[in-house]
Amino acid sequence: MGRNNISSFFKRNTVAYLFLLPWLIGFLVFTLYPMLYSLYLGFTDYDFTKPGSTAFIGFGNYIKMFGSAFGIQDFKAITGEAMRVDPYYLKSVSVTFFYVFVSVPLKLVFALFVALLMSQKLRFIPFYRAVYYIPTLLGGSVAIAVLWRKLFEKNGLINDILGYMGFTDLPGWITNPKYALSTLVLLTVWQFGSSMIIFLAALKQIPPDYYEATSIDGANKVKQFFAITLPFISPIILFNLIMQMISAFQTFTQAYIIGGGKGGVMNSTLFYSLYLYIQGWTYHEMGYASAMAWVLLLIIGIFTVVIFKTSGKWVSYGSGE
Amino acid sequence: MKSKTNSSILKILTHIFIIVLGVAMIYPIIWMVSSSFKPNNMIFSDTGLIPKSVTLTNYVSGWKGYAGVTFGRFFENSLVMCLVAIAANLASCSMAAYAFGRLKFSGKKFWFGIMMITLMLPAQVTLVPRYILFNMFGWVGTYLPIIIPKFLATDAFFVFLLVQFIRGLPKDLDEAAIIDGCGETGIYFRIILPLAIPALITTALFTFLWTWDDFFNQLLYLTKPETYTVSRALRTFVGDSGSVSNWGGALAMATLSMIPCFVLFFSLQKYFVQGIATSGIKG
Repeated sequence: MGRNNISSFFKRNTVAYLFLLPWLIGFLVFTLYPMLYSLYLGFTDYDFTKPGSTAFIGFGNYIKMFGSAFGIQDFKAITGEAMRVDPYYLKSVSVTFFYVFVSVPLKLVFALFVALLMSQKLRFIPFYRAVYYIPTLLGGSVAIAVLWRKLFEKNGLINDILGYMGFTDLPGWITNPKYALSTLVLLTVWQFGSSMIIFLAALKQIPPDYYEATSIDGANKVKQFFAITLPFISPIILFNLIMQMISAFQTFTQAYIIGGGKGGVMNSTLFYSLYLYIQGWTYHEMGYASAMAWVLLLIIGIFTVVIFKTSGKWVSYGSGE
Repeated sequence: MKSKTNSSILKILTHIFIIVLGVAMIYPIIWMVSSSFKPNNMIFSDTGLIPKSVTLTNYVSGWKGYAGVTFGRFFENSLVMCLVAIAANLASCSMAAYAFGRLKFSGKKFWFGIMMITLMLPAQVTLVPRYILFNMFGWVGTYLPIIIPKFLATDAFFVFLLVQFIRGLPKDLDEAAIIDGCGETGIYFRIILPLAIPALITTALFTFLWTWDDFFNQLLYLTKPETYTVSRALRTFVGDSGSVSNWGGALAMATLSMIPCFVLFFSLQKYFVQGIATSGIKG
């Protein structure tokens, strides 16, 4: 390498790293450092209001989370500090799991169904697509969460409509612990617009001769869907599945507004992120909240890996990709 | 001939199906807009879409806001915050995307991999230390915790979106610019940025929407009513018990809060669809 090459190598790197600098600082200061710091805090009893008294408590926070599954109630941390198992943590895990496992598949099925409808050669499709996207456009906002409360109240719009249809003895959907979580699932499924648009773009990529080849064999629409459409868009399904799962695990705003800042009736809508916020900012248990955040990271990481590993069985990266 | 009539009947049926389902989908939103014009005591009893009597009292009572601060102030706060966020994201994310998408440097693959991982990272895992950090800086109660990270390209999503776009731009223009004596910086300003305008518009749009609608950061960091944004202020209509004291006002202000998103969406729909379809935006 000549002298000239070396100096141009350095110059090239300097310029590139100058462009990368804001991102690099952002990553180090606002991502890497906080991640490591929260990993450390997860092993302490850090309290925001009295930072001087922080003690290293080993796996205390983790026993506090999962102890009730092993019949533990009171225990001592390695400092000798008396701790008590958290009776609500596993409830928040089960609420969140139910929510993720029900809402994400429903949302994707619905998104794919509507995308199939709209992939036909029809007029006004751009307009229809826009209308179907509106709930997604606004869905994450406080405004919609407030509206949702109103719709599903005992004397809200939903019960009025059901009443017209002849149903009687209708519950207050939000105030009944049996149904509160389902109203939140419905709110999420309603916002299927992004997945729909991604599916729609993927469906347009399928070469028409794929279908022509099978229609000669007399394959009907349903068979065509399973033999051609589904395999072709399977990588997109995988992508949507993972992205929707990651964001579903982190749901906060709707649960917070509908539960009035708490976990709802009998903690029926005590979402993981909401509970983490309550622990960290209502009870100032920020060491515990940090440990909870790392468990969430692990849960999401494990699900992502499992979905990827098993995707080989149902995702085909055929010649179409 | 017979199959032709059949297929046009099928088309009409599909249209009807899409329209009926579509109306059901947006019915709650239409209902909200219409209810915001109904007298407070009739929101419960009058379930139709067309109000039996129209009134603006909800808008007047809602506009009064919270703790002596009106919604005018909340809207102003939200708007200023969003505009700064847009400028910050455009500058910082396009710089990082230019480096990843066009420049050659050692460690590029490594950093790009890291950037893709941060895309999937749940925000909760950095939450507590960020809060401690911002509190140490004395920033809690101001917009700085929301804005400053955006100057440092922490919204990896937009970096990814812009990288994808910049990679697709033809390279011969760069070469022509080099012959004309342009350096890397010149290429960024004179060639990449102008050509990437569609992707930059998408970035600006989604930055606006997500900052406007974001609630969590505003709940954490905006502690004084004078600094409240629209979405933070809307929460004050819903009490801690989950009950709402002034439904009319809540629905009226919720309706107003959606107008900016609506206007942007319908005027720039093309960029929405492109942005979502090419990069798979969450939500």
